[in-house]
Amino acid sequence: MVSNTRVSIENLNMFYGDFPALKDVYLQVPENNVTALIGPSGCGKSTLLRCINRMNDLIDGVRTEGRIIIDDQNILSPETDVVLLRKKVGMVFQRPNVFDLSILENLKFGLRIHRQMHSKKETMELIQKGLEDVGLWDVLKDKLRSNARQLSLEQQQRLCIARVLILKPEVILLDEPCSALDPIATMRIEELLRALRERYTMIIVTHNMQQAARASDYTGFLYLGELVEFGITQDVFTAPRKELTENYITGHFG
Amino acid sequence: MRENFRKRIKELETRVIAMGKTVEAAILSSVKALQERNLEAAEKIIRDDALINRQRWEIEEDCVNLIAMQQPVASDLREMIAIMNIVTDLERMGDHAEGIAKIVLLLGKEDPVKPFIDVPIMAEKAVEMLRKSMEAFIRRDAKAAEAICALDDEVDALNDKVYHNMIQCMISQPQTVTRATYQIWAAHNLERIADRVTNICERTVYLVTGSMHKLPNVSTY
Repeated sequence: MVSNTRVSIENLNMFYGDFPALKDVYLQVPENNVTALIGPSGCGKSTLLRCINRMNDLIDGVRTEGRIIIDDQNILSPETDVVLLRKKVGMVFQRPNVFDLSILENLKFGLRIHRQMHSKKETMELIQKGLEDVGLWDVLKDKLRSNARQLSLEQQQRLCIARVLILKPEVILLDEPCSALDPIATMRIEELLRALRERYTMIIVTHNMQQAARASDYTGFLYLGELVEFGITQDVFTAPRKELTENYITGHFG
Repeated sequence: MRENFRKRIKELETRVIAMGKTVEAAILSSVKALQERNLEAAEKIIRDDALINRQRWEIEEDCVNLIAMQQPVASDLREMIAIMNIVTDLERMGDHAEGIAKIVLLLGKEDPVKPFIDVPIMAEKAVEMLRKSMEAFIRRDAKAAEAICALDDEVDALNDKVYHNMIQCMISQPQTVTRATYQIWAAHNLERIADRVTNICERTVYLVTGSMHKLPNVSTY
């Protein structure tokens, strides 16, 4: 498996005040693949994920050093337009964060924020495509004006993914996207990620090691802010190179 | 759901069947080489055994990867375990075919003590058992798998026959001892192949029923 690098993370250090949350992380995220970040709570995996769309900017006292290159641009530089960045790098959260609005309005929301001007017909085409991509169009096409909060949690999470897809992102960050879902819904979301990886580069943070094994092509193991090991998921889960990784994935600590 | 996983299991099954066909060809070729005292064919069988070994390792490695990554349970897990055992038996059958090819080299161009009559029949029966066992595995047919084991008795009976014939030859013509021993070994290889088919049948029964046991029809000799 040889892939181009889509996101290049180089010598990344991040501090919450004086506390080093990420230490000299170097990670080349392969294009059109699912990359999983695993590790015990507090190891820095969500922090790393949130660096990639500058979500950590919203936290006081955060300092970031190093580079994250997407499309030849260091997105950590102060000149970066973070709104544009977050369009290019979409995010899906732990709990589906649908707005208390209709399904249609939820889907139009991103387009409005990013001032994408489309004719009504174009907008509807985008919405239909987005819902088709997440397997919801047939179910929801006749109730687009219902409140999105009436949907099941799985459908809400799918809707959130559709909302991201409509903005045509290049990278999708998923922060524990299945933690609110039951095992069957979880597997269906994992199948969805597998289908989407043909077109998108995805990075998923998960507490669930089995999910990382099932759903990802590459896996990175973080411990105390360091990227201990990164490799093809199959290799990491059958013969990890580092003893620390072995101990973690076999449940000897963590 | 889990379409990718299903697809990979199907691919594995196809490869197990292909490996079965390779082993089947090796068994038949080895007995043909024995009948024709074809040393070149025998050497080729010995060389090609490496391909069978490689197929076994590749399938086993894929099973390990699927277990690690897809965490199969219930029938999916049983299938992984069944496949890993089946390819081990197939690989060992390939070794028995190689064993017969080595006997061809040991016999050289010398005439056998008696023409090979029962040994080719044993080979046909063993290969028939192998084919049927592969079909039963693919069709998840535990009943068919159990029925195949009855054929093992026929192969055992032929093995006994060859054994006693050869002992008689050794007694009456001591100069035949070496060659007669080789003929006994050839029959023994085929007898072991048939035994290993019964192992495959037991794995199919395990896959279908979840029960791991020696099949009742299998003689323990």
